[in-house]
Amino acid sequence: MTDHNTLSPLDLDTPDKPYLDANELVINMGPQHPATHGVLRVILRLDGEKVMGLECVIGYLHRGVEKIAENRTYTMFNPYVDRMDYVAAVSNGLGYCEAVEKLLSVEAPPRAQYIRVILTELNRITSHQLWLGTHALDIGAITPLFYTFRDREEILKIFEKYCGARLTTHAFRIGGLQYEAYDGFEKDVKNFISFFKPKIDEYEGLLTTNRIWVERTKGVGVISGQDCIALGVTGPVLRASGVKWDIRKAQPYANYKNFDFEIPVGLNGDTYDRYLVRMMEMRQSLRIIEQAVEGIPAGPIMAKVPKVMKPPVGEIYHSIEAPKGELGYFIVSDGSTQPYRIRVRPPSFVNLQALDLMCRGQLVADVIAVIGTLDIVLGEVDR
Amino acid sequence: MNPVATPFFFYLLSGTMIIGGILVITRKNAVHSAMALITALLAQAGLYLMLYAPFVAGVQIILYAGGIMVLFLFVIMLINLERTLKERQFNQQWLVGIVAAAALGGLFIAVYTKGRNLFPASEHLTYVESQNTQGVANLLFDPHVGMYMFAFEIASLLLLVAIIGAVVMAKKRI
Amino acid sequence: MHDLIQYLESYLDKSVQVTPGAFGNIYAGIFWATVYILIVFGGLSVAVIAMNWLERKILAHMQVRLGPMRVGPHGLLQPIADALKLLLKEDLIPAEADKVVFWIAPFIVVLAAFTVFVVVPFGPAHAITDMNIGILFMLGVSSLSVLGIVTAGWASNSHYPLIGALRSSAQMVSYEVAMGLAVVTVIMMTSLHGGGFYGVGPNIPGVANDGTLSMIGIVQAQQEQGIWFVFKFFPLGLIAFVIFAIAMIAETNRAPFDLPEAESELTAGFHTEYSGFRWSLFFLAEYSAMIAVSSIAVTLWLGGWLRPFPNLLHGATWDFLFGLFPGLTFLFLGGMCFFNVARMPKHPLFKIQTAGLAVFGAVLALIGVILFIPAVSTRVGDIFWFAAKVAAFMYLYIWYRGTFPRYRFDQLMKVGWKILLPTGLGVLILTAAVGIVRLMMAQPSQ
Repeated sequence: MTDHNTLSPLDLDTPDKPYLDANELVINMGPQHPATHGVLRVILRLDGEKVMGLECVIGYLHRGVEKIAENRTYTMFNPYVDRMDYVAAVSNGLGYCEAVEKLLSVEAPPRAQYIRVILTELNRITSHQLWLGTHALDIGAITPLFYTFRDREEILKIFEKYCGARLTTHAFRIGGLQYEAYDGFEKDVKNFISFFKPKIDEYEGLLTTNRIWVERTKGVGVISGQDCIALGVTGPVLRASGVKWDIRKAQPYANYKNFDFEIPVGLNGDTYDRYLVRMMEMRQSLRIIEQAVEGIPAGPIMAKVPKVMKPPVGEIYHSIEAPKGELGYFIVSDGSTQPYRIRVRPPSFVNLQALDLMCRGQLVADVIAVIGTLDIVLGEVDR
Repeated sequence: MNPVATPFFFYLLSGTMIIGGILVITRKNAVHSAMALITALLAQAGLYLMLYAPFVAGVQIILYAGGIMVLFLFVIMLINLERTLKERQFNQQWLVGIVAAAALGGLFIAVYTKGRNLFPASEHLTYVESQNTQGVANLLFDPHVGMYMFAFEIASLLLLVAIIGAVVMAKKRI
Repeated sequence: MHDLIQYLESYLDKSVQVTPGAFGNIYAGIFWATVYILIVFGGLSVAVIAMNWLERKILAHMQVRLGPMRVGPHGLLQPIADALKLLLKEDLIPAEADKVVFWIAPFIVVLAAFTVFVVVPFGPAHAITDMNIGILFMLGVSSLSVLGIVTAGWASNSHYPLIGALRSSAQMVSYEVAMGLAVVTVIMMTSLHGGGFYGVGPNIPGVANDGTLSMIGIVQAQQEQGIWFVFKFFPLGLIAFVIFAIAMIAETNRAPFDLPEAESELTAGFHTEYSGFRWSLFFLAEYSAMIAVSSIAVTLWLGGWLRPFPNLLHGATWDFLFGLFPGLTFLFLGGMCFFNVARMPKHPLFKIQTAGLAVFGAVLALIGVILFIPAVSTRVGDIFWFAAKVAAFMYLYIWYRGTFPRYRFDQLMKVGWKILLPTGLGVLILTAAVGIVRLMMAQPSQ
């Protein structure tokens, strides 16, 4: 089982061990485990229930997305990015489209930008809802899962009405949008805002002051801001550790600089702070959507983009703030219709590296809580 | 309640106990031994019941079968059992063992044959089932009847000392 | 046979009073014990099946779902379908498992869970037997179930079950201590009323004062003292009750203390490797253990089979009014069924379902009508009140599961040893002190 380097193999039969020895336990969590959010395999080394170390084994969902990109045109690759972080497909699409637009030196028209922001922020909410439901389920509270799925349905309905798909939306095109917003789009979004505001309070009512929830999450999986930066951890995990870094503010893309919103920041970098940060982010997303839906300008939805895209030779790195952290696309163009190389910087993959650091010295139950709080999606980790 | 089929139950329980006891010392697997020991202890509780001592039987089940044996199993499971399974069973003190067993057996036989005269019929225990609990309490706590209170408390103090000792020895740093 | 006829006659003629099990003839006693065992066992199985359905439905409605709706009207036949599925499943034993222990473990759990019901008093005359050490027996036997869980986890020869087994043994042994202290408080309360007390005052004849461990005796003590022990020496009785109510959830491995089978951490804990019939035995044992500990709580603190306010609202009128409750409850349930029959979709595909629900409602209503017959209602009234109180606990179990996240292991131990145990000790000492002071004040030294 132990063909890895960081954990020394267990020696059950060495003669110098005392006769009645309570051994360390190496257990294999996953890839088929209910709480590893897909097919993550974690090799845990336990002393009793205390975690001495762990190693993640990934790749069970590897589909070679980056390699596929080299054999597709820029337009053809667009749907593939939806399959990476399938929980936040819209954000993936936004990052990719903006990266290619940057390479082509075009910019989406304002109307398209506004609709993109609305859909992306709605998608951030669905992603956080799914995180909340599964995270709570991991910690043993089964009810929030059903509440969040009930409310997530409302957002998915908007997606479905807009582009026909619910999960892997493929909502954007390079250069803007393929579809004009349907009639009543603004009304639906506004209805959702007024519908969802009390729902966040409902989630918080179940968990925020729940003694067991607080005990299970406070002081669990603590990671400092320096460690986050050293490991490249981004997103709510970084912000909960007290680092005010949000690409929407730091390197504004799309038209985020037009909107007034705050970046929630935690203090302790523990699981509870990450929970609070994400809850507040949902509220901030609602705020952005509220402003965006009020100000959707009229106009075209597509910039002038050639039918056959041949970006100039060069390379570009563009990153956005996906729900899980910094989602970056590094695209190398050789001037042909197909990218020479696309490298994705997936937030889940990078954040997962912090798991060992966050779990050492904690208990098995905390490993589950930390995996949940990192909010990983294996489709994105393995690509 | 009047007793029913006393000899049957007596031999059943005693047989279970003896078989359980033999299994305890012959099984190689420590968990099997522990299970056999639990069986023996439960049979013993049954015998206490037949002696109109339900309180003692209940305490036997709670403390030994339910409490101590669980901790036994708990410890056994943390131990590397595979090595003991592979090893040949041995006993270096078999000579002493045989002597001790013979002495104990002799004592039993002596008590069985001669001991009846030591307990005249008039001194049979008169507690019936419904008074067993009260009887135990009387002996322990009633100053007019018994005076085992002090001994009882001393015994519990001894256990406390043992617990503290175990904690001190097991814990590297308190 | 004569006894049976006599017992049946007593239903027709109220002047003949017969208590089953209390016959002079020993073989009649055995006969009645057997009958009661069969009744209790059957009733318990029905209760477990009903509980299975109710838990799914109630939990579903708490979670904005519908729960089972397909098998039978409103999923009423779902537990039966599940049971069939489990019986027909392949019986798997892992190759590396310790076969004998693996085989025995579920039986230990079931045996412990069911044996407990030997002393549960559903009414003054409705118990398989009354033991002098009733509560001690219950605690002892229910503590044996942990042996089954531990051996099940060990015998599976797999990591997750082993961790689950270790967790459960530590958890159950720890919470038994707090549970025991709460129970001792009640046992002490049975003796702290009027009368004499060892070492304090002389015995006054004719007053119950010795205290008792018998389950029936504890309820009778509450009856004589005219107070449910949950209210006695307020708030001491209440605190002891709360300690027990927390410990009993931990004892039965239910949320939020379901660490031994924490599905998100240990896949399924100690029964990960079990499937089919053996797994269903664990399931059966878990639910009957829940009912068992709830019965202990009801017997010890909530007056067992006594109806509410037996002292405040006494008299023939009140007796009659409270006697209506069993029948009304079943009529209400039947009415609910008929209400839902009316709400069923009118589509022909739902014909059988609608008819089935109507029949179910009719059966419930029929039971309700039968329960209005005075001879019946006076006899089963105590069972009804006992079952109603236990049902309240069952609802609480489901409610907890829908509400709370799971404790972590160290927190669980902290709650057990650092909160419940000291509180239990304090309540015990205070109860003794308050009781003795009251006794001394009640009877000045003679």
